[in-house]
Amino acid sequence: MLLRVNDVYKTFPGPVAALDGVSLDVHSGEHVSIVGESGCGKTTLARVIMGLVDPDEGSVIFNGHPLLTAHSRRGDFSRQVRMVFQDPFSSLDPRYSVRAILKEALRREPKMTPGEDFLRMRKVLDLVRMPADILTRYPHEFSGGERQRIAIARALMTSPKLLILDEAVSSLDVLVQQEILAMLEELQQRMPVTYFFISHNLRVVRRLSRKVAVMYQGRIVEYADRDTLFNAPSHPYTQVLLKAAFNYEVSP
Amino acid sequence: MSEFKLAWQRFVKDRVALIALWVLGILYAAALFADVITPYSLRDESRLHTYCPPTAIHFLTSDGHWAGPYVRGVAMSYDEYRRRIYRETDEAYPLKFFGKGESYKFLGVVTWDRHLLSVDAPGRVYLLGADSRGRDIFSRIIHGARVSLTIGLFGVLISFVLGLLVGGIAGYFGGRIDNILMRMCEMVMMVPGFYLLLALRAAVPDTLNSLQVYAAIVIILAFIGWAGLARVIRGMCLSLKERDYVLAARTMGLTDMEIVMRHILPHTISYSLAAVALAVPGYILGESALSLIGLGIQDPYASWGNMLSEAMNIVRIQFAPWILWPAFFIALTVMCFNLIGDALRDAWDPMLKGRGDQP
Repeated sequence: MLLRVNDVYKTFPGPVAALDGVSLDVHSGEHVSIVGESGCGKTTLARVIMGLVDPDEGSVIFNGHPLLTAHSRRGDFSRQVRMVFQDPFSSLDPRYSVRAILKEALRREPKMTPGEDFLRMRKVLDLVRMPADILTRYPHEFSGGERQRIAIARALMTSPKLLILDEAVSSLDVLVQQEILAMLEELQQRMPVTYFFISHNLRVVRRLSRKVAVMYQGRIVEYADRDTLFNAPSHPYTQVLLKAAFNYEVSP
Repeated sequence: MSEFKLAWQRFVKDRVALIALWVLGILYAAALFADVITPYSLRDESRLHTYCPPTAIHFLTSDGHWAGPYVRGVAMSYDEYRRRIYRETDEAYPLKFFGKGESYKFLGVVTWDRHLLSVDAPGRVYLLGADSRGRDIFSRIIHGARVSLTIGLFGVLISFVLGLLVGGIAGYFGGRIDNILMRMCEMVMMVPGFYLLLALRAAVPDTLNSLQVYAAIVIILAFIGWAGLARVIRGMCLSLKERDYVLAARTMGLTDMEIVMRHILPHTISYSLAAVALAVPGYILGESALSLIGLGIQDPYASWGNMLSEAMNIVRIQFAPWILWPAFFIALTVMCFNLIGDALRDAWDPMLKGRGDQP
C-alpha cells in the first residue's frame, strides 16, 4: 500500500467540519480520484496529506511510515509524493527562471552534477511537451496552460510515486484542459506514477482514474472502481452528481 | 527577462527620478573626493574674513583686457552700525586648477596636495561665502556631505536588516513569536521620535571622539527606524506565506529558513527598496536635528546640521544669508531620495499587478 489516510478529522473555525473522519487507501498504480462539490473538503484532504495542514485527529501513513511532523515529510516522502496546485499563476514563484524552479524540486535529492541536473530537466520538459530552451525564461512569459505544464514538470523532477493533482486543470480553458489531460494520460503510460486526482469535474475524472471517491460534507460517501461508480452508483449523492454532470437518469 | 530588469526599464523611463539619481550620484561623488574638490580643509579658518560674502570671480582686468579667472583681495571695515563691510581691493589672485595647497591624505591612503580650485595666500576664494570664523562654506558643505550623506545610508542599512529579520520571523511563524516581536516594535514606536532621539543621545557619554559620535548616531537612528519597517514586512510575510509557491516549496521539503530566504524576503525587497529610499531622508534630518542642537557632530568636523546651528540667529541670517546653504543641500538630498523612492515604488507596482502578485 502506497498511502493510507486513517480516520482524519479537521475543523476550521466555523460550523462545518472540513474533514469528518476520512479514511482512504491508495495502492500503487490505482489512480484515485476524489470528486465532490466546492467546500466538501477535497483540498483540505490534499493539504493534510502533504502536511500543509495538521489534522485534529487521525494520521497519514506513507509506505508504512506514519507522517507526524513536517520533518518526517522531508525525507523520502517529499521526493516520492509531489503536488500540482490549482492556479498555475500563483504556484510558480515569478522571481525565478524555469531552470531555478525546476532545480528547486531537487533540494532534498542527493547532490547531482550540473550535467545530470540538465539531463533531468530536459527529460521532464520532454514529458510535459515543452522545449528545453525555455529554461532561462520566467513564468510571466508563459500562458496558463504552459505554466501548468511547467508546474507538472517540477512535480516530476524527482520521479515521484504519487502525484497529487489538486484541480490541476480547472482554471484552464477547455481546449487547454484537453491538451493537459491528454498529456497526463500519456504520462500514465510512460511513468510508474500513481495519480491522486482531485476535481469537481466528473468527465475529467472518468478519463484519468481507476478508482473514484465521492466526498460530501467532509466524508467519503462512496469509494469504488470507476466503472462501478459511473454505471451503478449506490449513494444518492453520487447519483445526483452523475445526473448533473451527464444529464441522464441512472438505471435503478 | 527577470523582474529586476523589467522594473529597471520602467524606472529609467521616469525622467525626474533619473535626474534625481544623477544629482545624488554627483553629491556622493563629491563627498568621496571632498579633499580634492574643496579649496580648504576642515581646520582651515581666517578670522579676518568673518562672514565674508561669496567671492566674485573676474575674467577681465579693470581696463577691459582678458586676464583669465582671478579673484580680488578683500578689505574689511565697519560701517556706522558696527556692521562688517567687505570691499574688493586691487590685488589680483589668479584661480589655480589643481594647484598646490594644503596637503591631505586622499581617502586616508595617498598623500597629495593638489586642489581642484585654489588661490595663493593671502587671497581667499569663498564660492558660497564664509561663516563666523572665516571658514569656506563650500568646503565645509562638501566635507560635511561625508557625514550627512552616509549617516542615513548606514542607519537605514542597519534598521533594514533588523526590520527584515524581525518582520520576516514574526510574519512567517506567526502566533506567540509574532505577538512578542510586534509588542516590542510598538514599544519603540510609541515614543515620539525626536524625544527618543534625545533620550538615546543622553544615554551615550559625551566624551566620545568624533568617529564614536558618528557611530553612536547611526545606531541611535537605526534603533528608532527599524520598528516601522518590521511591521510592514511582517504584514507582507503574513500574506506571502499563503501563496501557492510557498506551499509548493513546503511540499518539496524545503526548510522554513530556505523558504523565508528564497520565497518570502525576496518578494518584500521590491517594496523595501522603495521604503528604504523614502526612509533615508528621515535619517538625514535626524542627524541634522541632533547636530543643529549641538548633540551631533562637533566642530571642527562639519555636517550639514551643525553648520546650520550658526543660522539659528535671525540677525545673522539677515546679514549673511549664505550661511543657509547647508539647508539647501539638505532639502535637495531629501527631495532626490523621495523622488527616487516614489519612482521605485511605481516601477514595481504595475508588474506585480500584472501577475496577480501584489503584496
